[in-house]
Amino acid sequence: MRALLLLAALLLSAPAARADNQDWTQVARGRYLAVVGDCVACHKATEGVAASDYAGGRPIETPFGMINAANITPDVETGIGRWTPDDFAQAMREGRRPDGAHLYPAFPYPWYTRMSRQDMDAIFAFLRTIPPVRHAVNRNTLPFPFRIRAAMIGWNMLFFTPGELRPDPAKSEEWNRGAYLVEGPGHCGVCHTPMNALGGSRSSEAFAGQSLQGWIAPNIGGNEALGVGAWGVDDVVQYLRTGATAWTRASGPMAEVVEYSTSGMTEADLRAIAVYLKDRPPRGPAPPAPLAADAPRMRAGEALYIDNCAACHRRDGAGVAGMIPSLKDNQITVQPGVETLARVVLTGVRSAATDLEPTAPGMPSFGWRLDDQQVADLLSYVRNAWGNAAPEVDVSLVRQQRERLTRGP
Amino acid sequence: MSRRLPPTDVVVVGLGWTGSIMSYELCRAGLRVTAIERGPWRDTPTDFPPTTAPDELRYSIRHDLFVRPAQETLTFRNTMNQTALPIRRWGSFLPGNGVGGAGVHWNGQTWRWHPWDFTFHSSSVARYGADFLPQDHMMQDWGITYEELEESFDRFEYLCGISGKAGNLGGQLQPGGNPFEGSRRRDYPTPPMQMTAAPQLFAKAATELGWKPFPQPSANLSQAYTNPYGCKLAPCTYCGFCERFGCGNFSKSSPQTCVLPVLVRHPGFEARTECQVTRVNLSRDGKRATGVTYVDTAGQEWEQPAALVLLCAYQLFNVRLLLLSGIGKPYNPATGEGVVGRNYAYQVTGGATGFFGQDKIFNPFIGAGSVGMVADEFNADNFDHGPAGFVGGASLACILTNGRPITNRPVPPDTPRWGSEWKRATRDNYNRWAAVGLQGSVMPYRGNYLDLDPTYKDSNGLPLLRMTFDFPENERKLSRFAVDRCVEAVRAMGAHTVRRNEISGPYSIVPYQSTHNTGGAIMGSDPKTSVANKYCQVWDVPNVFLSGASLFPMNAGFNPTGPVGALAYWAADAIRDRYLPNPGPLVPA
Repeated sequence: MRALLLLAALLLSAPAARADNQDWTQVARGRYLAVVGDCVACHKATEGVAASDYAGGRPIETPFGMINAANITPDVETGIGRWTPDDFAQAMREGRRPDGAHLYPAFPYPWYTRMSRQDMDAIFAFLRTIPPVRHAVNRNTLPFPFRIRAAMIGWNMLFFTPGELRPDPAKSEEWNRGAYLVEGPGHCGVCHTPMNALGGSRSSEAFAGQSLQGWIAPNIGGNEALGVGAWGVDDVVQYLRTGATAWTRASGPMAEVVEYSTSGMTEADLRAIAVYLKDRPPRGPAPPAPLAADAPRMRAGEALYIDNCAACHRRDGAGVAGMIPSLKDNQITVQPGVETLARVVLTGVRSAATDLEPTAPGMPSFGWRLDDQQVADLLSYVRNAWGNAAPEVDVSLVRQQRERLTRGP
Repeated sequence: MSRRLPPTDVVVVGLGWTGSIMSYELCRAGLRVTAIERGPWRDTPTDFPPTTAPDELRYSIRHDLFVRPAQETLTFRNTMNQTALPIRRWGSFLPGNGVGGAGVHWNGQTWRWHPWDFTFHSSSVARYGADFLPQDHMMQDWGITYEELEESFDRFEYLCGISGKAGNLGGQLQPGGNPFEGSRRRDYPTPPMQMTAAPQLFAKAATELGWKPFPQPSANLSQAYTNPYGCKLAPCTYCGFCERFGCGNFSKSSPQTCVLPVLVRHPGFEARTECQVTRVNLSRDGKRATGVTYVDTAGQEWEQPAALVLLCAYQLFNVRLLLLSGIGKPYNPATGEGVVGRNYAYQVTGGATGFFGQDKIFNPFIGAGSVGMVADEFNADNFDHGPAGFVGGASLACILTNGRPITNRPVPPDTPRWGSEWKRATRDNYNRWAAVGLQGSVMPYRGNYLDLDPTYKDSNGLPLLRMTFDFPENERKLSRFAVDRCVEAVRAMGAHTVRRNEISGPYSIVPYQSTHNTGGAIMGSDPKTSVANKYCQVWDVPNVFLSGASLFPMNAGFNPTGPVGALAYWAADAIRDRYLPNPGPLVPA
């Protein structure tokens, strides 16, 4: 009798276990939202593990140490196969696992919390449809004291406001859609909003840009000199969709964002993002007075520029439209921090490749033939030539960047 | 022990210009394409960034981009009564290797061949009579006309973004272009390159001589360009490192700049690099290819089954692969029978180098592979050959490709080869020389051919290709005639001393002359005298298609890449539109 009951229980529970929502429209929506949320960027399997975009293991660099992204395939043992939609929503909304353990905000729950439950369920429904991959990931790699997950209780009290984003009735539907995408699934602020010493976002400086992982996540607010204030909505859309505008190209971490995420988004959503970002308050420092053209550093930098850079970026710094970035009227050139510029010169960089911009031109490495002082002079020149104005570059910053790049993350 | 792989729709052997074009066109037609390339993967920013690409020692002298002779070479002799010996260091020609093939390191001189070239036999007989043709010639028409290929030429030019000036738009001659070219449907996609000092001086002198010089059609681009596939090129910087080098500035049309960015994104495409195809496998009756066998760098042999096999290797290696695979009857020069290996031709090169006085400064380091002016008066059948006494012709051009310090330091005749006098002459002349060069046609002959060497083998134990070639008297007459014209031009430019560069003695494979080898697996209208029909389809094995200059029944006075690219589009169209709906011979034998 007990065996019969057990059998009955199994028969009853088996369909329940498979009762995942297989509604095609919800799954398709979830797939799109997973693209918007750029889940792949972190959860893609480490090379050689599995050809899965969601099997995890990729180390995420944080100011506190490396964190390996989780396996979010529906594998029962190593993935999220046992999770329910409520479990998933709790992780997204509160940053907690089904066992109650706290997640670190390397998983951007402070942004995902603003999503609607409907969208969370859609993503979960999509994740249920991908093939489960057995891949155990070490999820506890942070050093002491950061490895104590309970510490996140305090962190959450200080820096985390759970809850869905409320639309602003005074703004257009497009603006509100943009706000939702940027502040929610798109989690743009993770990189582009300055962090405090404990890794919390400084909302008073939202989208003003910061130094991160040896790059500059640039200002993407309404500031005309530093952000996208001077860009047209079409320019932002083109950049996010193709990875390039006439004067600049996405590279580094943003190339990944474009390739995995924004190039797969609808034009309407990209327009909404552009409208919202351009309407962010113009934050960031006012530009300094440019270095005098006859300053010794400018002369040294100019000579280096002519020898090393002018063939491609042209004598006037204008580059080649759509191909080789302009160095004038390009916000990247004059960001307050120079990590990106120094890095691009020292190691070179490859720009994003998308279906609409399949050619991905690359900047070659000059680190082997320019020393730190030369790079600092060159960048000081570039940042103050052709109408540019930005703080000159101290050689120590270049040295630090070279050390970092030589050492690895 | 060969390991068998899951089948694919199309195997492409060699991922250079034709391999990448045909791969992409067939991927777009919905086929799964597997390209197998003997050399390494190569990409612009990683393999030839502008910081390291201009390395003359590495690339020009040490041949970094070319196939290593230890991997694959050929044997050579001038005549059938000699014993051929293996080429152990490339000299007169430089076969490419790796993804992009010779399309990586070419100069970018891009021509449509003349309408006359495609009917060079029948047209010569019609104008001069059969008795005028040289002894032992194997002249025969291509089986395809310029008019049929015109659209394909146009597509290749627009793929590349060629910089030039049309000479004949729909039958209307255009001032400033080549008045002898065949009619074209539209102008070049980008305007001509800016001319440097020497070509400008040549153009002036040529005009005084009554010629009509025009800018060399160039795959080094005069301005930024986006091709129909969406791939982008940047303007040339005139750095003077084209031939033998990859272009780091995205300024030279190549598979890397023009096709690979879209090809590698196509889900139907796969490339296997550093894998050498050793044979095309045939069905028991020999009438159908079943795929290819290749060897990877670990020495493991693989069999890749496929429904279609495209041979897109370099001209010489396409011919060798046919011979190794037993496709087509090998040519026998004793009987004149057989097809594979016949009509091999090289090219006549040379010209005149002029040395100028203190008033001239040419700055040869400002250059590009295709920056120059050309005169076409003595090419093809653009002049009366009766008094000249030979068939064929040559284009004359002043193209100052570079002033690279190791190889490009001409000194006047009778200068010592070394020592302080040579150094002084080098210093005095580096900036004060200019050359007018020629590229001349070579007709096919009974004794100039390719076959398998009876003695020498490669590291896989397979016989090397053997080349038997010398310049016949017809081509020596052409050389003398065309060099005379070059000397006239250089004198008219004002040179005080002129050096003649012409054929003397037997053809030597040691000094560099031209990588324009042609023939050996030619197209035609008769299976008894050609390997492939007009659609580049092998007569005997209809699911094998050929590409490249091995298809050419003769060699012309122009660079071959234009017709090589055009035929790739032509054949891809034929496969998609004619073969796929009805697989089988496209021309009844």
